[in-house]
This record gives sequence, C-alpha cells and structure tokens, in this order.
Amino acid sequence: MKWSRLSLILIRGFNVIGLLVAGYLFTKLMISSIDWEWLSSILIQLLKGFGLTVAIFGFTLLFSMPLGMALCNVRMSRLKILSWPAKLYISIMRGTPLMLQILIIFFGPYYVFQFFNLDISLSDAYRFPAVIIAFSLNYAAYFAEIYRAGIESIPIGQYEAANVLGYSRLQTFFKIILPQVIKRTLPPVTNEIITLTKDTSLAYAVACAEMFTIAKQLAASQSSMAPFVAAAVFYYIFNFVVAYVMERCERKLNYYQ
Amino acid sequence: MSIFEVRHLSKRFGDLEVLKDISMTIEPGEIVSIIGPSGSGKSTFLRCATLLETMEHGTMKYQGNVVCEERPGHGAVYAPGRTLKKMRAFFGLVFQNFNLFPHWTVLKNIIDAPISVQGRPKEEVLAAAKALLKRMGLESKADAYPCQLSGGQQQRVSIARALISKPQIIFFDEPTSALDPELTSEILKVIKDLAAAHMTMVIVTHEIEFARHVSDRVIFMADGVIVEQGPPEEVIGNPKHPRTQAFLRKLSHADN
Repeated sequence: MKWSRLSLILIRGFNVIGLLVAGYLFTKLMISSIDWEWLSSILIQLLKGFGLTVAIFGFTLLFSMPLGMALCNVRMSRLKILSWPAKLYISIMRGTPLMLQILIIFFGPYYVFQFFNLDISLSDAYRFPAVIIAFSLNYAAYFAEIYRAGIESIPIGQYEAANVLGYSRLQTFFKIILPQVIKRTLPPVTNEIITLTKDTSLAYAVACAEMFTIAKQLAASQSSMAPFVAAAVFYYIFNFVVAYVMERCERKLNYYQ
Repeated sequence: MSIFEVRHLSKRFGDLEVLKDISMTIEPGEIVSIIGPSGSGKSTFLRCATLLETMEHGTMKYQGNVVCEERPGHGAVYAPGRTLKKMRAFFGLVFQNFNLFPHWTVLKNIIDAPISVQGRPKEEVLAAAKALLKRMGLESKADAYPCQLSGGQQQRVSIARALISKPQIIFFDEPTSALDPELTSEILKVIKDLAAAHMTMVIVTHEIEFARHVSDRVIFMADGVIVEQGPPEEVIGNPKHPRTQAFLRKLSHADN
C-alpha cells in the first residue's frame, strides 16, 4: 500500500520532471540559445492567460455540476414529456463538438438580432460569458449522465428503508442517496474535470484570451514552439494538482463501502 | 382493539394476482409467523402492510386508524400523505438484507430518523439508542460503520433502528435468510427476547422450527391466499390442508 503510493508519487514526479526536461530541450532546439528575458516575458503573458483558464474551469464547474443534477432529475422523470426533451438535449450536447457549441453561443445572438432587425453588435465583453455558457451547458449533459448512473446504482432497499422510517422524498435524496452517489461518481467526475482543464483551450475559437489563445498568438508572433511547450507544462501541472486533490477526496470517502 | 387489521386485501402485478382476498387481524402482544413457499405472496403482503406497495382492493387499519379503505368502484382509497406519514410510526420493518445506510455509523443509523423525522429531542433519542445497543449487545459498535459488522450484527442494528421509533408492531421479512446458521440463531434469540417483552410481531420466515417455538399463531400462505392458520402445534404439528402437508413434507425432506 505504502510502496504503491510512493511509487505513484515518484512516477508522477518523474512525469513532471520529464516533461520539464523535454520542454527545456525542445526549447533549446527551437532557438540557438535561451534568452531568459524573452522566456520570462512569455511565461508572464501565459500566466495572465492562465488566470482566465482557471476562471473558465472554475465557473464551468460551479454552474455545470448543479445544472447537471437538475438535468439528471428531469431526465429520470417518469413523465415522458419531461424526460424525453432532457434525453434529446443530452444527446445533442454530447453528439456535437464543443467548439461548435461555443461558436453558436457566441455568434448565435448576432444572427438572432439581425433577424429581428435590431442594430445590436456583439461586444468583446461577451466572449468570456459565451464561453462559460457553452461550457456549462455542455458539461451539464455529461454530469447528468454520470449522476444518473450513480443514482441508478443505489440499491432499491435504501429507498425502501428510508420510506419505512418516514423520511420525505427530499430527505431521502439529500441525506441518504446523494452522499452515496457522490462517493460512487467521484472517479468518473474526476475524469470529466481533467478533460475540462484541457477543453478550456477550445475557448480560443472565439478569441477569449485564455492561456491557449495567448500561446497560439505568441507562437505566431515569435515564430517559436516555446509558448506551446510552456502552456503544456502549465496544463499538466494544473491537472496533476486536480488529480491529487480528487484522489484525496476519494480516500476521504473510503471510510465505508 | 386490534393493532393491525386488514380486510379483503387484493394486489396484482399486471395480470398476476399476487394476493387474493387476504384478511387478518393482529392483537396486541401477539406473535404471528407467516410461512409458505416462494411466490406465495408473503413478502408482498408485508410490503402492502408497511406501505411499500399499494393494494388494489381492501381496507387496512392500524389501531383503528384507517390507512386505506375499500370504496365501491374505486378500490382501496388511501388516506392523505400526512396521515400515512404519521401511520409509519406505528410499525417497524426489518428487511432480509438489513438495508442499513452504509455512509452512517451504527449510532447515526439508529438515531437519525427519530430526530429528523419524528422531531424527538436528541438527548432522549441518544439515551434510548444507547439502551437499545446495550440490549442488542452492540455497545462497542456505536461508532462502527455497517461494512465493519457481521451480517448478524447488521441485522441487530436494523432491529434496533426499527425499535427506537417505539412501534406498536414490527414486521420481519425473512430476517435470517441472508445469514449463515450461526448468525441465524443470534437473530432468532433477539426475536425471542422481544417476544418475552410482549412485542407484537409478524414474522415471515422459512425457519419452521423457530416459528413453531416462538409464535402464538402460524399462517400458511400459498398462491396468494391464506390456506390454513392456527396455533403452531396445529398448523405445523398437525396440518389439515393437503397443501400445508405437502409444503412441510418437502421442508423436512430438504432438512434430511
């Protein structure tokens, strides 16, 4: 147990070191000698974009996780008139590219306004909200399905025991079902969160100035791969932290089976 | 007044009539065992009595309080949800698979419903829970999680969970079927102790010898009807109906 944990940490550590070394060598290949001033200016610009990346990440989780729960409840409704649209929504959100969804959310209003002959132009300030809306709507669909799998995996006996003891439906869900669902869905949710970190780069489609957008601009203006390599390192470190935190959460919930 | 009373209960799952015109009354302090082959409707009857299933026809009362009433043309009409919620405090149900809440400690499993459903004061409930744990021989397990307990211990926790609400009657749905013989005797002893304390109980069981010893009345069910009932020495010792005789003969063959 201890050894496997230690080796896991070591392997993770080597991964980071390996990537850093690779990045260093790669950078060295791209340019004849390292210009530290130049490199640090790149890093600083990337870090500014990284703030926006983290913001997209955070806001998306904040909105999509509860939205997914609501969607999951509608999806699991016995009324076909409720469950069917939810099913269709999930199908569309999962079946089309996220980048396309971002573009539609961002440019869509423009065409709607035009249709109604309204003279409203899109402001730059809409880029970030559009990205958040698109990400939240998309991730809610995935989370809804993860929650559904979790809820359906809870034995019917749990509901029956709660029923006989007199718990209301809300109490049953929040006190008895949800905590068990959280434990069971933590691994797939972790997967989703890690994917989200990398997906934030799709925001470059609407020129939202997050890290990847900046890396791309820098790479073009500097004719160098270094910004991409540096961005990769940032993404990796961030996900390394995410995986570590989620692992801790899982271990914390391991007190029961 | 009888604690539990049901008249002309019938229940169907689609085309299958699982319970056909069942009537039964349970008097205070009475211990009734229900035996019968699988698919005879014993468990479904218990599920109707504990409101886990709704019946199509019939009248059911707890201590004279109407749970549902047969109305011509409407079938069984249930009391409003509020009344049913109150009614749930009248009975307890012990499941075959315990159905403890795995994310809560033993103590929390026992005290949560009385506090958050019945709104009883925490101190009083805690004291009652400690006394129950002692009675069940589980004092040292208050802070354990269900997964850390044996099947017999889990079942004793679930009995304590049912008892803490001070029910007038407890239903047992094959309480030992998920346990090995050693643990079975552990649970049977608990039920015997409850019997000695004059707890009203209805026990669905396959433990014929136990049913013979503990019960005041044995009901034999088959194919959704009550075939025969009476004192254990009659129904088990000297069954009159050929269906009962066949069932008991098969059981004794299986034992040998």
